[in-house]
Amino acid sequence: MRVNLLYFASFRDIAGSAEEARDLPEGTRVGDLWRALRSEHPKFAAYPAMPPAAVNHEYVDADRILRDGDEVAYLPPVAGG
Amino acid sequence: MYITFNPIDVGALLNEARPSDGGVCVFLGVVRNENEGRPTASIQYQAYGPMAEAEMARIARQLEAEWPRVRVAMIHRAGSLEIGEVSVAIVATAPHRSEAFAACRAAIDRIKTTVPIWKKEFHPDGSSEWVDPTKTSGDRVIEPSGD
Repeated sequence: MRVNLLYFASFRDIAGSAEEARDLPEGTRVGDLWRALRSEHPKFAAYPAMPPAAVNHEYVDADRILRDGDEVAYLPPVAGG
Repeated sequence: MYITFNPIDVGALLNEARPSDGGVCVFLGVVRNENEGRPTASIQYQAYGPMAEAEMARIARQLEAEWPRVRVAMIHRAGSLEIGEVSVAIVATAPHRSEAFAACRAAIDRIKTTVPIWKKEFHPDGSSEWVDPTKTSGDRVIEPSGD
């Protein structure tokens, strides 16, 4: 299956892109994908815990199972207002 | 529409008031010329557009469920803003002022907590960084001194 991974703000700087398609094994959970990103980018590994995550524009938990076509984003600390 | 790249028309938001509303509470967030003691030249707001819209709509529905006589309108700027420009506007209207004040205050607090919008500060020396509110003092509730 394939998901679309979006990066914003400081995470976009770390990843070096705004968006990427990712092929993942069936059953991959939100927390699993975060662990994969940590292994790829030392600056993500510096985060003590998984940041807030969203799938298809809604906040989700780490155990949310990803499905083909999902839009996934891990969110750095928000600073609106 | 909750996110805009254009200057916010505060007057248009005030048209949300109904004939039964006796209290209209407005909050404007404005770009300030310093943060944490460092001067600010300008601000860039980046939004996760579709999710920010969905989250602000959810907050408005939640507030109107908690204060059934209140209606809340809110809009947040994206893109580059100069000092003094309005970054966020909230209008809470209600038959009486207490509910309007309470819902307006709750609206800005919730926007700052969950809406996926990020702020990059540009300084006069050319440096810039993404603001992380979890690492700064931010807004504290200041109690009246009673003097």
